[in-house]
Amino acid sequence: MTAFTSTPPEDTPASPPAMALLIHGARANMRQYGMLIALAFLVVLFQIWTDGTLLLPNNVSNLIQQNSYILILAMGMVIVIIAGHIDLSVGSLVAFVGAMAAVLMVKHGLPWVPALLLSLLIGAVAGAWQGFFIAYLGIPSFIVTLAGMLLFRGATQLVLEGQSLAPFPDGFQDLAKGFLPEVGPYTQYHNPTLTLGLCAVVLLLLREGRQRSRQLAHGLDVLPTGLWVARCTAITAAVVALALTLASFHGVPVVMLLMCGLLLALGQVMRNAVVGRHVYALGGNKAAAQLSGVKDQRVTFAVFVTMGVLAALAGCVYAARLNAGTPQAGLNFELEAIAASFIGGASMSGGVGTVMGAVIGGLVLGVLNNGMSLVGIGTDYQQVIKGLVLLAAVGFDVWNKRRAGR
Amino acid sequence: MTRPAGEPGPVAGQPRPVLEMRAITKTFSGVTALSDVHLTVRPGEIHAVCGENGAGKSTLMKVLSGVHPHGSYEGEVRFEGEPVAFKDIRAGERHGIVIIHQELALVPQLSIAENIFLGNERRSARGTVDWNGTYREASRLLARVGLREKPQTPVSELGVGRQQLVEIAKALSKEVKLLILDEPTAALNDQDSAHLLELLLQLRDQGVAGIVISHKLNEIRAIADSVTILRDGRTVESLTVRHSPSAAPELSEERLIRGMVGRDLDHRFPDRTPYRGEDAGRIALAVDGWTVRHPADHRRTVVDGVSLTVRRGEIVGIAGLMGAGRTELAMSVFGRSYGQYVAGTVAVGGREVDTRTVPAAIAAGLAYVTEDRKRYGLNLLDTVQRNISLASLPGMRRSDAGRRNGVRGFVDEHRERRIAEHYRTSLNIKTPTVAERVGRLSGGNQQKVVLSRWIHTDPQVLILDEPTRGIDVGAKYEIYTVIDALAARGKAVLLLSSELPELLGMCDRIYTMAEGRLTGEVTRAEATQEVLMRHMTLRQMTENGS
Repeated sequence: MTAFTSTPPEDTPASPPAMALLIHGARANMRQYGMLIALAFLVVLFQIWTDGTLLLPNNVSNLIQQNSYILILAMGMVIVIIAGHIDLSVGSLVAFVGAMAAVLMVKHGLPWVPALLLSLLIGAVAGAWQGFFIAYLGIPSFIVTLAGMLLFRGATQLVLEGQSLAPFPDGFQDLAKGFLPEVGPYTQYHNPTLTLGLCAVVLLLLREGRQRSRQLAHGLDVLPTGLWVARCTAITAAVVALALTLASFHGVPVVMLLMCGLLLALGQVMRNAVVGRHVYALGGNKAAAQLSGVKDQRVTFAVFVTMGVLAALAGCVYAARLNAGTPQAGLNFELEAIAASFIGGASMSGGVGTVMGAVIGGLVLGVLNNGMSLVGIGTDYQQVIKGLVLLAAVGFDVWNKRRAGR
Repeated sequence: MTRPAGEPGPVAGQPRPVLEMRAITKTFSGVTALSDVHLTVRPGEIHAVCGENGAGKSTLMKVLSGVHPHGSYEGEVRFEGEPVAFKDIRAGERHGIVIIHQELALVPQLSIAENIFLGNERRSARGTVDWNGTYREASRLLARVGLREKPQTPVSELGVGRQQLVEIAKALSKEVKLLILDEPTAALNDQDSAHLLELLLQLRDQGVAGIVISHKLNEIRAIADSVTILRDGRTVESLTVRHSPSAAPELSEERLIRGMVGRDLDHRFPDRTPYRGEDAGRIALAVDGWTVRHPADHRRTVVDGVSLTVRRGEIVGIAGLMGAGRTELAMSVFGRSYGQYVAGTVAVGGREVDTRTVPAAIAAGLAYVTEDRKRYGLNLLDTVQRNISLASLPGMRRSDAGRRNGVRGFVDEHRERRIAEHYRTSLNIKTPTVAERVGRLSGGNQQKVVLSRWIHTDPQVLILDEPTRGIDVGAKYEIYTVIDALAARGKAVLLLSSELPELLGMCDRIYTMAEGRLTGEVTRAEATQEVLMRHMTLRQMTENGS
């Protein structure tokens, strides 16, 4: 749930020796820390600019639901980029899977659960199709997914015969618009949300504590106690604030639970699973990875299958939000997802980036979109500003690296 | 301190120096890279600059050539008697100072002629490229460097040695007066090196002064007229080499090493501790009839019926000239990572094993440390810790460790970090933390990271391909100590090297290869440079392996 903290956990002032440790750690993840600070800055800026509308409970809910599909795509895209590839087809795949879901449910009357599972399977197959050409035949991913972009867009129009298909069953719509149901006595707040928030705080603190004690047990360097307490306090405060905000509206959106689950799972896989490490190694130096026993074809294939499934999920969420399968769904989504990954610290050449970073990058774009719309900036200027933000984020990183390299 | 006047040098009297660098001091954000460095190059001489990695050689050359612009350093540079202040490389080149970097700066897709005049194109009256003039002039330059290729040939078709010659032709096209070469022979075989050094001597006699940075002390002795030794960013001393027709140069390698490391290296190789296990002397690796074809050209047999053995606790060398097929042999044995397999078997510990893929080879107990650590060894973007663990990640899963969070397939980061710390201490890897990016480490420390990775896979057999290439003297000794310690623990070590003294100093037995075949097997007692060289240049030995 830390994905949605609006305060950076580590921007507290610190004593000089701790500062040195922090700076060393921060430098490695400069763009991600920088973006966390930028995100906090944007939130504060628009909060003031919109006279407090930005952080109103209903707008926070809206912000999460509005950006969910881009964030889901960004989580997959950053993995593809870390592996040293790119996927231009996800926007079209979003449309295609949304169309297939509509055909299954609206035309054939399939219940929503099997339809959802089938849709995810379609995504997996689409990912496998592209992954096969990229991993086993060695065709550049740019080409394969450019072809996929055209192919899936065309297929969408074929499947829908140029028409929109609607409406979806309620259960399916809840994927994008639903909230966790209320239980228990009336407390002014949404009870399950408060409970979840509390659980999240406890779990996060437990994890922090256990990690620290394990590090100490292994005789490794840890954050100084004061700083660590500050970090824990910041995490707690952020989660509690978010939980209270959501609980005073309809509660936790279903899609947010979905995203938190994905973020935790994918983040953990990329950080600590053997296959995740292999993705970084492949993106960083393919030849060296191969000579160290990394099964490069299998890993690359798996990355694209994962991207396919995530694109399918995003497609379902988007279709559910629109409550229709439409031929024009998902236009330029691939570009938003790619931008989010790069803003969040991924590198063009591969081998660098984090799932968390991509989510932060996506939130930066999301807050920008939402904030600018609230203050009435036209979509024309919004595009210009988002373009400049992408350029500035990556430019800052390049500049910072060059300075550090001297 | 510079050499006082009146020393007997190759040039009679004391003519005005072509280059004088006085009291050069350069700092990088508080870290002093050069401190009060002096360098004087006399006309018509080749001046060697040597020192360990990090001694400041490259920084000094960057100051000289304008990579570090005037104003970013203190001190004075005088060229041909005039003070100069270069704001970039081009300004330096206009004065006739050209630097050729270790990594060649040629565009592979362009032709030789286009590369020579890249950025300096010959124009016709209409402003388009004057192709006739370009090719004519390129031919002339190629003849001057002794490269018999058409100027239209793409550079990608040339080997490294010839590309180096193109670089020199490019320098000559700029009316070079002072040519700086950074490790010019690092990537060259003996033949190409010899040719290059000969060319440098020719150019010197035509009035082109040269500064050569080199790790290869025998080369310095062979071509340098004087030597400046740097250590820790300071000038240690400048020495003159006396070349007289009858006597050998007075400057000994020991003398140079002493200057570079600041102490005597009586032993350039550590003393061996023999392996005393029960199974000492048992054959650990047996390769039989290994034959491999070239990956692209199926008619070319690159490795031809090679059979060899390495015993437990034994260090066995393979000597061979460039192109003899040493690396190709090693890489194809290790998971068939090179070429097309034709025939042959590998046995580890007496049992035939499957080495068809890299994971299979690792599982069979093999480890291969590449000759090119940047290309085939390291993920420079990632940390020391993760580079060490890469080949043994499945063994660092939590489920194997303590069943806490026993999710299969997940790495125990704390254990991983402890392992990395272990190697940092035991191999003396110089890095602030194991979370440092490997790309920021020096060559010697990077090599230790690669070694750590493979030691941690706990192999029976380590194949080390040029383990000390591009590494300074001090770090070399440390690497040798590690290799000896591995052998003392019963590992079988196969050492591929193009430095004969290294093989002679380290190995119990040495095989020689030429043109893909084994041409000899020499024991430590019999081995001398001459014996090895004779075997390495043999066209064919009496049918080996049959």
